[in-house]
Amino acid sequence: MNTRTQVLLWGAQRASAAVLALCVIVHLVTIIYAVRNGLSAAEVLGRTRGSGLWFGFYALFIAAVAVHAPIGLRTILSETFDWRGRSLDVLVLIMGILLALWGLRAVWAVFA
Amino acid sequence: MTVLQVKVWRGGESGHYQEFEVPRFESQSVLDVVTYIQRSLDPTLSYRFACRVGMCGSCAMTVNGKARWTCRTHVAKVAAADRLEIAPLANLPVVKDLVTDMSPFFEKWAAAHGRFQGGRTRRDDFERVPPDSPQRGLVDEAIECIGCGICYSSCDVVSWNADYLGPAALNRAWTLVNDVRDTDQTRLAAVAGDAGCHACHTQMTCTERCPKQLSPTASIAGLKRLALAAALEGEI
Repeated sequence: MNTRTQVLLWGAQRASAAVLALCVIVHLVTIIYAVRNGLSAAEVLGRTRGSGLWFGFYALFIAAVAVHAPIGLRTILSETFDWRGRSLDVLVLIMGILLALWGLRAVWAVFA
Repeated sequence: MTVLQVKVWRGGESGHYQEFEVPRFESQSVLDVVTYIQRSLDPTLSYRFACRVGMCGSCAMTVNGKARWTCRTHVAKVAAADRLEIAPLANLPVVKDLVTDMSPFFEKWAAAHGRFQGGRTRRDDFERVPPDSPQRGLVDEAIECIGCGICYSSCDVVSWNADYLGPAALNRAWTLVNDVRDTDQTRLAAVAGDAGCHACHTQMTCTERCPKQLSPTASIAGLKRLALAAALEGEI
């Protein structure tokens, strides 16, 4: 991986961290609201199904996770196991794709 | 008279701690303790020092687990229960006893393009650096680094990533990218990425341990921003 890509990955991780900070707060507030108001699963689904706003929000959340986590994992694996090079990059790329797919599947489940 | 129990590293990469009893004096520095051991107890002990007044940085060692200038470290400040453990600087090859090989440290300064590259000849006039210019202000502290290696020895990222350039070399690069006289256009690329400034975790141990109270962390943060801007514009 060339230096420019490494720097851009660093930038992507910082940017996704900023998005995550916001998303986690909104997510926590939503959970607390739902629990304190005693919303049932059916009532929660009633609010999320067909809602473009909730779909957009959680899709953004998942996108930020799928960018942020693999880049961080790449650094952790590299520093812990002295593992560098193409094999590591391919592994974390696959992990990012899987995180995005699993996450979007969950988002779709509460939207559709 | 109070006696200090002093454990001193003996040998090279592999070795052991040897215990000495050293009389405790008023205003005694850790360098005084090491010097006492060599001159009065065991002349085969190897260590390095020069100025003794905190100007050269060559007496840096690990004292009770932390890298310090031994000449500027009072025993009273660090020897809880009158015990000292003195070892060579971490993250550097050990030559013998308390002496480390500083080559990797300075090789990384070279890799970070730590050498000033001017664009003028001896026939040109001096190029002036306005003292109150913003760029000069950014490196006001950073240029005071004397290259003692305390930050390099204290940095966890150096211990995890052998390629990482380290706080001192990056701090040096930061002073040069802000030097209006310098003409090296490839320095930023040399200090960016996985082995450069972007490997820093901002744990700030370098800043906490720097005997001159400098902040390599701030210099590294500046490099990160400059390099990201350059990468976005396709310049590196």
